[in-house]
Amino acid sequence: MAVSRRRLLGVAAAAVGLGASGALGACSSVVGGLGAERDTGTLDFWNLFGGGDGVRMQQMLDGYRSAHPEVELAAVTLAWGNPYYTKLSLATVGDRPPEVAISHLTRMKNLVRADLLEELLPDDLARHGMSPDKFNRRAWEAGLVDGKAYAIPIDTHPFVMFYNTEICQQAGLLDADGKLKPFEGEAGFVDAMRRAKEVTGTFGGAVAFTSETATPWRMFQSFYAQLGGKMLAEDGTKVVIDDAKAARALEFMQGLTRDGLFPNPIDYQGSIAMFANGEIGFFFQGEWEITTFQTAKLPFSMTLFPNVFGGGSYAVQADSHTFVLPKQPHRDQARLDRSLTFVRSMLDQSRTWTEGGHVPLWLPFAESPEFARMSPQSEYASAADSAAYDEDGWYSGSGSNFEIITGSAIGDVLAGAATPQQAIAQMRGNLEQLAGTASPL
Amino acid sequence: MSTQTSAQTDTDAHRGIAPTAPRASAGTLGHGRPAAGFLAPFVVLYLLFIIGPAVYGLILSFTNASLVKPGLNGFAGLGNYGEALGSAAFWSSLWHTLWFTILTTPPLVILGFLLALLANRVARGRWFFRLAFFAPYILPSAVVALIWMWLYTPALGLLDTALAKVGMTPPSWLGDAAWAMPSLAITTVWWTLGFNFVLYLAGLQEIPRDLYEAAAMDGAGPWQQIRSITIPMLGRTTTLVAVLQVIASLKVFDQMYLMTAGGPNFATRSILQLVYDEGFTNFRVGYAAAVSMLFFLVVLAVSAVWFTLVRRQEKVV
Repeated sequence: MAVSRRRLLGVAAAAVGLGASGALGACSSVVGGLGAERDTGTLDFWNLFGGGDGVRMQQMLDGYRSAHPEVELAAVTLAWGNPYYTKLSLATVGDRPPEVAISHLTRMKNLVRADLLEELLPDDLARHGMSPDKFNRRAWEAGLVDGKAYAIPIDTHPFVMFYNTEICQQAGLLDADGKLKPFEGEAGFVDAMRRAKEVTGTFGGAVAFTSETATPWRMFQSFYAQLGGKMLAEDGTKVVIDDAKAARALEFMQGLTRDGLFPNPIDYQGSIAMFANGEIGFFFQGEWEITTFQTAKLPFSMTLFPNVFGGGSYAVQADSHTFVLPKQPHRDQARLDRSLTFVRSMLDQSRTWTEGGHVPLWLPFAESPEFARMSPQSEYASAADSAAYDEDGWYSGSGSNFEIITGSAIGDVLAGAATPQQAIAQMRGNLEQLAGTASPL
Repeated sequence: MSTQTSAQTDTDAHRGIAPTAPRASAGTLGHGRPAAGFLAPFVVLYLLFIIGPAVYGLILSFTNASLVKPGLNGFAGLGNYGEALGSAAFWSSLWHTLWFTILTTPPLVILGFLLALLANRVARGRWFFRLAFFAPYILPSAVVALIWMWLYTPALGLLDTALAKVGMTPPSWLGDAAWAMPSLAITTVWWTLGFNFVLYLAGLQEIPRDLYEAAAMDGAGPWQQIRSITIPMLGRTTTLVAVLQVIASLKVFDQMYLMTAGGPNFATRSILQLVYDEGFTNFRVGYAAAVSMLFFLVVLAVSAVWFTLVRRQEKVV
């Protein structure tokens, strides 16, 4: 039965591949990515990068191609979120995995538990010059599973604060160098939003929560982690929401929309449009939107997500993009070396990647003066050391059901459709159901 | 599904006219072997792709099968069914699917009929109206979802801009739990109306013209003609349209998944999305199979009620 089920899924994956190649016959990368033919010189790479990230990844892939013309690199870009991980899992279960794939650090652990990833042995990593001491320690350690490495992180992508420099200038929020004067605490945050609102006449800032679950979760998790709160414990089998801390964060967030400092309703694209059109002073989102506003030629900068509740212990929601090596049907040293060479080549192009707003983790670049000169990227680089990753659980991680459940309830609070207490009860109820279910991994 | 439906209504229709039909078919038994040969390709495909997977799904529903683990991963007995019946997510998703069906079926049937009636009466440029009403139906769900997401965009979308111009405050179309489902229903009506429209148009052209001529001579006005000739003569079409529509609405997935992803706060998660979420995201194939089996029972029950009603109605006629 074991074999037949595996084979069945393999057939299914192959059928999907055939369908894709039929529909997109002209696009060789898709065919190559899912194809059955594997010459020794090929390398399949799956990623989930669109927009500006996609463009920069393409540049990096071109960089690798020109340095390694002997390898036929086939890169496949798929939509991010749950479907990406389903596809990656199915392809691996079906014995047709790519050699290298991108995974979020928080999703990689579940791929490990499902026994879908190759362990990265210290010797192999050292041979390619990628020993643990070359990486940001927080990110590297967060990625270990039972002390073993399965992923090579390339960035940390924290939730950050964008600000419109013209509006903030008029609101008197900038210092002499044209940088935002740091503000702290609930009063400091609200005051900055109010002063920006007085300039714009509409709203001070915006955070997307309509038809959107990840963003409200990221903002909540940043506040909640600053308060020292935890959501899950014991590998996700226990829900440990701290009612008082969660309520404090949620009440603060609800006040922002209730008092008209933030718009309600507002979806992801709408929030981007408002900031890009110069209608609001502050915008809260992952740093990856940097390209959008650079393209819009907006006068803006970025900085750390404000420390509202943390006091001495700052925290901000973040995740990391990592390179993983899905388990191959047959072990092959040459292929392993080819894959690791590819990953190393990507790390060596960290500068290109950092232009997309991500915080570099590859210390040869992250500690270089070259990076220190990059603005605004270097302004929030310390977020990597204070990253609050989603806690472990078979249903947890970026874009997972965990984020959908929590983000939905938090979105309702921001919309004024639920009280903080209702949202906490709902989160707890839904999460406990998942926590009580035996892990399918 | 459509073949089954029409076969069913056909047998109903012939029952009264040809009670000797079974005996007549007994006389053609000699053709059994060639008939089986002709049927074979269909039967093989049907067994391979419909019956086979359905039986496999039924077996899976009694196990803890996981998408990423080999084998059936242990027998679960009725555990999956018990979990589903005790789960709030199951019942709310089931209700969302039914609520969507209730919201979409009447407008899709009635508007399909009205528009067909109007398009049929237009003297000039009839092709244009036929094309205009049918055109959205040929769009893929992703395109429809994209168009309507733009229309529904808060503050910046066409709908909100237009309503703001006339001084109305638009609701948060896809963001408000109470409005999200009606908004999806409106999208669906616009998208799939064309199919019912075409069925009605075909039905209208089947009605003999002399009936109207005779009625006109007897002094019946246009409204009376519609009520006494058109609607009764379209009875069978209406049955077909309604059955197909109920089934199509119960199968809703694409537009919801694309436009709201089941949100806000799961207010538009259909039962099929629950199956997808559990099976393909949570990897719990066994549980997902149990949910789809339960949904299958619901569809079966709805169809059974429907056919009983239709049969009774046809006996009366």
